[in-house]
Amino acid sequence: MSNDVTSGATAHLDLPTDDVHVSATTPRRSGLRWLLLAAGLVVALALPWFIYPPIAMDIACWALFAISLDILLGYCGLLSFGHAAFWGGSAYCTGLVAVHYGVPFPVAVLAGMLFAMLIAVPIGYLSVRATGIYFAMVTLAFAQMIYFIANQWRDVTGGENGLQAVPKSFFGIELVETESFYFYYAALPMILLGMWAAWRIVHSPFGRVLVAIRDNAPRARALGYDVETYKVVAFVLSAGLAGLAGGLFAISHGFVSLQEVNWTTSGKVVLMAVLGGIGTLWGGVVGAGFIVVLEDYMASSGFEGIGIVTGSVFVVVVLLFRRGIWGTLAHHLGRRRQAGTRD
Amino acid sequence: MGVSTPQLALQTRGLCKEFRGFRAVSSVDLDVHEGSIHALVGPNGAGKTTLFNLLSGFLSVSEGSIELFGRDITGLAPERIAHLGVARSFQITSLFEHLTPLEHVELALQGMTRDGYRFWRSDRSLRRFRARADELIEEVGLAALADRPAGVLAYGQKRALEMALVAALNPKVLLLDEPTAGMGVEDVDRTIELVRRISQGRTVVFVDHNMHVVGSLADRVTVLQSGAVLAEGTYDEVRRDERVVTAYLGEADHA
Repeated sequence: MSNDVTSGATAHLDLPTDDVHVSATTPRRSGLRWLLLAAGLVVALALPWFIYPPIAMDIACWALFAISLDILLGYCGLLSFGHAAFWGGSAYCTGLVAVHYGVPFPVAVLAGMLFAMLIAVPIGYLSVRATGIYFAMVTLAFAQMIYFIANQWRDVTGGENGLQAVPKSFFGIELVETESFYFYYAALPMILLGMWAAWRIVHSPFGRVLVAIRDNAPRARALGYDVETYKVVAFVLSAGLAGLAGGLFAISHGFVSLQEVNWTTSGKVVLMAVLGGIGTLWGGVVGAGFIVVLEDYMASSGFEGIGIVTGSVFVVVVLLFRRGIWGTLAHHLGRRRQAGTRD
Repeated sequence: MGVSTPQLALQTRGLCKEFRGFRAVSSVDLDVHEGSIHALVGPNGAGKTTLFNLLSGFLSVSEGSIELFGRDITGLAPERIAHLGVARSFQITSLFEHLTPLEHVELALQGMTRDGYRFWRSDRSLRRFRARADELIEEVGLAALADRPAGVLAYGQKRALEMALVAALNPKVLLLDEPTAGMGVEDVDRTIELVRRISQGRTVVFVDHNMHVVGSLADRVTVLQSGAVLAEGTYDEVRRDERVVTAYLGEADHA
């Protein structure tokens, strides 16, 4: 509604336009930022003491996955509905490398991540020419192709049975290889590194161009930016981080199920990112934490209608808090602080 | 032929654009001389903006050719044409509403390099454009607003920012689509002054409905009607042309 669009090519998502936190030169409220970062780190480090460690690992993986999606959705205005291709594609590749070569799990995960980026090149190249809902549909279609391959190629992927007995090799350190509590701490640095990379990408000259493309693609073009190439690069980077998350998820669970490349996984990560608040990065962490804990709670109390509950929460958030949980919080916090400095 | 006439900044031959059988631009031969300020005028729907979109690569050419300093640029992508030294502004104000004027101009300055791909660098590296960006912001009179998001700027300020963006590209040819659209008298005179200053040593093609603007800026005027060239000449020649008077200027003069 407030976007001046000079050609129909930019029909895109209607982002809440009155928050301006993306602005890069407005002085970052650095005090608050460091405090948040410290609090986030403490939570990340303390998590397996309070939550069953495999669930803590799930939260960490899904959080990075949601952040990877947010790079495209929040900063580039591209809704990928096929990110399971990269999460799941990497999960299979990581699992296969770990099973067949017995390398330490970080190496296997790295291989999975590279594989995700590799398949993201052609998929991104063919998808970014479409915008809005068409982009979502094209990415979904490619993800379904990956699903089809994973389902059919039984000799390699195990088909419906999934890929079993994926080891957590870690330089022979038995505690990490057998106890999920210690595995969490071995895997956490990779998650944090991935999150740092996302932050770096968003706050780089490249990230600035992405925001410009999101706000007004024809204008960015007129300034000499090759919009499609920028989108492809963003797509591949996002896929890499999704792959990092998916690979760690596979190692953590010790097997890869067909579920990881299913479209419901693509939907779930979109749900998390939007629920938490897009264009914030932190939103992905909050959304992932919320959904994983909620699902675990309901599953362990024997409740069957998980989808009904998460769906209802989603509808409520989208209707009442369009910025998502984190976005709404940050917005009100920012307003209070602004009012405070004016007095 | 174009190569032997290097004094032409832009040249189109038989340029046509068809939208599903409708000829928006029809066999336009346009010669824009280097260093001149060239106005395109004509009633609404005459094809001015379509012609602009063809010249800047935003629309594909149906027939004919476009040459920039003797080099064929027909069919090139908008960003390629921008890199060859053609900057355009937009009729409808077209900005990045989450970015500040300073960030806009830094982006425009960076647009002529390949540094935008550096996703591993801090965005603080954009600060090397800061000095030049400050100058341009100052020049268009936005210094006091340099750190506000563009979404909150007033209309005239947005138009001024557009001019800063165009100038930041340091283009050889400027295409200005209605630089004074929707402005009050005071802003119009300021903008005329601004265009004159930015056009130093450059070639300008602009569209405007305001005859005061056309009269005070343009060296040459091309009048379009129904997608075709109706007349061409100096402002005084064109305004005396009978076909033009009946088609367009007459109404404006008596209004």
